Formats: sequence, C-alpha cells, structure tokens
Amino acid sequence: MATVEDIYRKHKPRAFKADRRPSRSEVWWWFFMRISGIILVFLVLIHLYVMHLVGEGVERVNFAFVAERWDNVGWKTFDWVLLVLALLHGSNGLRIIIDDYVRRDGVRTAIKGALYAVTTVLMIMGTAVIATFDPSLGS
Amino acid sequence: MDVKLKLLRFNPETDTEAHFEEYTVEAEPMDRLLDVLHKVKWYQDGTLAMRRSCAHAICGSDAMVINGENALACKVLVKDLAQPITVEPIRGLPVIKDFVVDMEPFFAGYKAVKPWLITDPHEHEPARERIQSPEERAVFDDTTKCILCAACTTSCPIFWSDEGYVGPAAIVNAHRFIFDSRDSGARERLEILSQADGAFKCRTAFNCTAACPRGIKVTKAIQEVKRAALFGTV
Repeated sequence: MATVEDIYRKHKPRAFKADRRPSRSEVWWWFFMRISGIILVFLVLIHLYVMHLVGEGVERVNFAFVAERWDNVGWKTFDWVLLVLALLHGSNGLRIIIDDYVRRDGVRTAIKGALYAVTTVLMIMGTAVIATFDPSLGS
Repeated sequence: MDVKLKLLRFNPETDTEAHFEEYTVEAEPMDRLLDVLHKVKWYQDGTLAMRRSCAHAICGSDAMVINGENALACKVLVKDLAQPITVEPIRGLPVIKDFVVDMEPFFAGYKAVKPWLITDPHEHEPARERIQSPEERAVFDDTTKCILCAACTTSCPIFWSDEGYVGPAAIVNAHRFIFDSRDSGARERLEILSQADGAFKCRTAFNCTAACPRGIKVTKAIQEVKRAALFGTV
C-alpha cells in the first residue's frame, strides 16, 4: 500500500528535492521583509525629503555636499542602513518572484545566481564607498 | 426561463484541447446550477462528466469555476448568475474529463500536514473523553468547517504556478489541529509548514478567502499559522 509519503513524493516531487533538511530560513526571511519594510518606509521618506525636496533638491548635490554630509557619522550610518535594508529587501523580493514564476530548474538557478551576484557586488561597492570615503579628495 | 450555458468540455479520448460547448436548458430561477447541469447530462448530453455527491454543499465534490469564480455548483442559484453561464473545471489540477480533475495533488498537500489527532506519547491513554472548554474550541472553530472541496487551493495563483506549494486547504486543516488544545502535534506541523513550500509561500492574494463556499477566513488562518511558526507560540 502506498504511504502518504509515497503519494506526496509522486505528486509533489519538488517538495522532496534532494530531501533537503528542514530549514527555518523562509520563516526568518518572511519576518525580515515585514520589519525591513516598516523601517524602509521611514528611511526612504527621510532620504527623499533631505536629498530631493529641501532647498534646491537634487540639483545641489555635488561632491562638497556629500563630503559635508558624510562628515557626520550619523548620516553615514543612515545611508549604510538604507543601502543594506533596501538591497536585501529588494533582492529577496525578486528571489521570491523568481521562485514563484520561473518554473524551469536550470533557468531559475541561473537567474537567481545572477541576482545574488549583482546584490553582492552592489553591497560591496556601496559599503566600500561609505566606509572609505575621503573628503580630502575634493580639495 | 431558458438558461444558456457555456461548458468547457474535454474528452481525453478524442480531444487534444478543451473547448466550450453551448447548451440551452429550461430551468426555474431558484434552481441551483447543479440542477441545470443535471438537465444537460440527463436529457441532452450524457457524455458530460462531473463530480457531485450530496448536492447540498457539504461533501465538497462539485467545486467548479462558475462565471470565472470558484464555487460549488450545488450552492449557487441560476438567478444569481449572469448568462451565458460559463462553467470550467477548477484550475491547477490535471483535468481527467470535463469538470472531473485529478484531486491527488490536492490531497497530497492535505496529507503532508498530518491532518489527524496527534496525542502526547507520554500521556496515559485517557479513560474519558478529552475535555475542552468552549473558549479553547473557539480558537479553531472556523477551520473545522472545511469540506475539502479544493475551491480555495485551486483559486490560489501560487498553487497554479508552483506544484510544490501545499496550498491553502492544507494550511487550513493544519490550523484546525495546531490550535486544538487536545492535540500535541503543533510543533511537527509547524516545522512542515515552515519549509519553502509551506505557509510562507502564501502571498496573501485573498483569492482563497473569496472562494471558500464555507466562508472560512482562509487567509486569516494562514497568517495565524505563520505567526505561530515564527514565534513558536500556539
């Protein structure tokens, strides 16, 4: 007699792919999306206001403006947190969409690989710029 | 009154693709759609294949896509439907013939969440019934109403695209036991539903809640399961 697991394996083979060990990662990513989403609402609105609306808006942003702004460790931290949360929130969202809609295993792996690579490069570049910024270069 | 029907027919022995066929039958406004389908099958075209058993919205056999929405043919009245009434098989499951689909993938998801009472192995077999207060019972009352008709699961866009997803009905039935004070299997069910194909595949599209002929707040139940899985509290 077929067991419940036999039936499940036959009709839901993806659920048993490589008999992966139980993982709670989806639970934590789901929670991260909620928390980062709430925080990002405030960070993005503040960013939008400070960078695009105050004074002459984005027209006044030049090297000197950035140098003055990043002289303050608070704004550096603000920008880095915004970078990390927006990047992780956005790329995790894309990962979920890819998992939902790309049904061919090979294509899905390739697209997700590209996504992870772009995310990693952007994270390293952004962090490096914030961490190693040298205001003396402007003078 | 005359009722016009557009039925999506598929005969695996002769057809390569499903196609609509039109029928006109005489019916009363208060007739159910199931009565009208019976008239087609019994008096016009005996090859029409469908499932139905009790015909009173409790066995869960006759879920169909009726004018684009999942419903039980035995629970909608002709007078409430715009004509021509289109009827299609529920989506996301392999069609066997006409409105008969292979329910096995649906039940596989159901079985995966262990929908039976799991007792504490350290507990002595009780000599009396397991007592439960009305308050304890109220916590999962809504999810006891499920009749496994698959209207929710086959309305779910994630289930359509991903055969791995257990689907809303499975999570509803897991909820029914997870929040039952007499049950001790919450931990193992929550572990199953914490996997990539479990409750966290739900994107809260709310199609399931709209589709449920029993009025179960399906999305709410799924969210309660998610919360229990996240915080480990039941």
